[in-house]
Amino acid sequence: MAELPFWAECLITFFLILGGSFALIGSLGLARLPDFMTRLHAPTKNTTLGVGGVVLASITYFSASSGVLSMHELLIACFLFLTAPISAHLLAKAALHLELRTVSATQDLRSHPGPFSSAENPDVSTESADNESAPEVKSNNQS
Amino acid sequence: MIKKLLPAPWLALALLIVWLLLQNSITMGLVVLGSILSLAIAWYTSRAREEEVHLHKPFRAIQYFFLLLVDIVVANFKIAGLIIGYKRRLSPALVEFPLELTGQVPITILAGTISLTPGTISSEISRDRKYLLIHALNVDDTDAMIHDIKHRYERRLKEIFGC
Amino acid sequence: MLTFAMQAAFLLFSIALLLNVWRLVKGPSTPDRILALDTIYINSLALLLLLGIWHSSTFYFEAALLIAMLGFIGTVVAAKFLLRGDIIE
Repeated sequence: MAELPFWAECLITFFLILGGSFALIGSLGLARLPDFMTRLHAPTKNTTLGVGGVVLASITYFSASSGVLSMHELLIACFLFLTAPISAHLLAKAALHLELRTVSATQDLRSHPGPFSSAENPDVSTESADNESAPEVKSNNQS
Repeated sequence: MIKKLLPAPWLALALLIVWLLLQNSITMGLVVLGSILSLAIAWYTSRAREEEVHLHKPFRAIQYFFLLLVDIVVANFKIAGLIIGYKRRLSPALVEFPLELTGQVPITILAGTISLTPGTISSEISRDRKYLLIHALNVDDTDAMIHDIKHRYERRLKEIFGC
Repeated sequence: MLTFAMQAAFLLFSIALLLNVWRLVKGPSTPDRILALDTIYINSLALLLLLGIWHSSTFYFEAALLIAMLGFIGTVVAAKFLLRGDIIE
């Protein structure tokens, strides 16, 4: 690594530690949270911001060491921030489609599950009433 | 005439910026080549886009971008706190969010915003595009959450796209 | 200070990768495994960027960009396969 002015080193250190901790917390959430839908929250937000921190550190490092503003790492950050919601959305859709088991504390406030279920196989949505989540749905609606 | 030759000026500008970022330098030749390429791509792909998107207030859009940036960082600290302090006391919820926005692009942006901001992920959209299904990681008052999203993001997007 | 920060960042991202691998192996359902793979590619991309800083070389940037794009496509394709049982319709 090249010799850098002190302020640049401070900035890079800050971004690196911040990004690393966020990525670690995101993966910790992925390993620790109880069901799939809650697990989905951790990587989409925290890991993306973790990479954002590393990208900022990289921009600072290459700009400070070469003296020219080097912004191309921003492309990675932009791309990740654009794609993270899309992949999260698709995975959530897949999980809802497969009717994965959720933690018992989950309040299901879907008033009419009809329009959300896919039209290709309507029998799946009728079968889903027999799944584990169904009694909790009823109890939540009554309370 | 100018509409036909230049169907998507914002897309062309975005493509030019991406090109310059990829090259990582700004010289006259690169800018000229990039402009030609981005205008050609915007013109050639204009048939593939179904609906026109009009930005009514571009400066509001920039303001929205920075608001989103701040909110993403705040969201991360909240989620990090929840993950570290997790002791089986989360109260997740699946909530229906009634949409007021119309049009593919505004709804897509709203869904992306919801996914990136505190503790919510947009999971599915109803077939008639009137409801968005949101999964919240830890929510006590779902009505307050819906009101929050409506007030903070949907109102601004409505202003920006004028729909 | 910078060397220490770099080493700490390498350590943090490696632990994150290990946790992801654990979820990939254990993951009770298929979406869990896809999510773990998604997180693995994001973390390895960050590791590549870190390696770029460590060696003061910009060549790692292209690799990281390619991983970002191909990883995203892989996640989308896998999720779509779960959703429809088919990729190209």
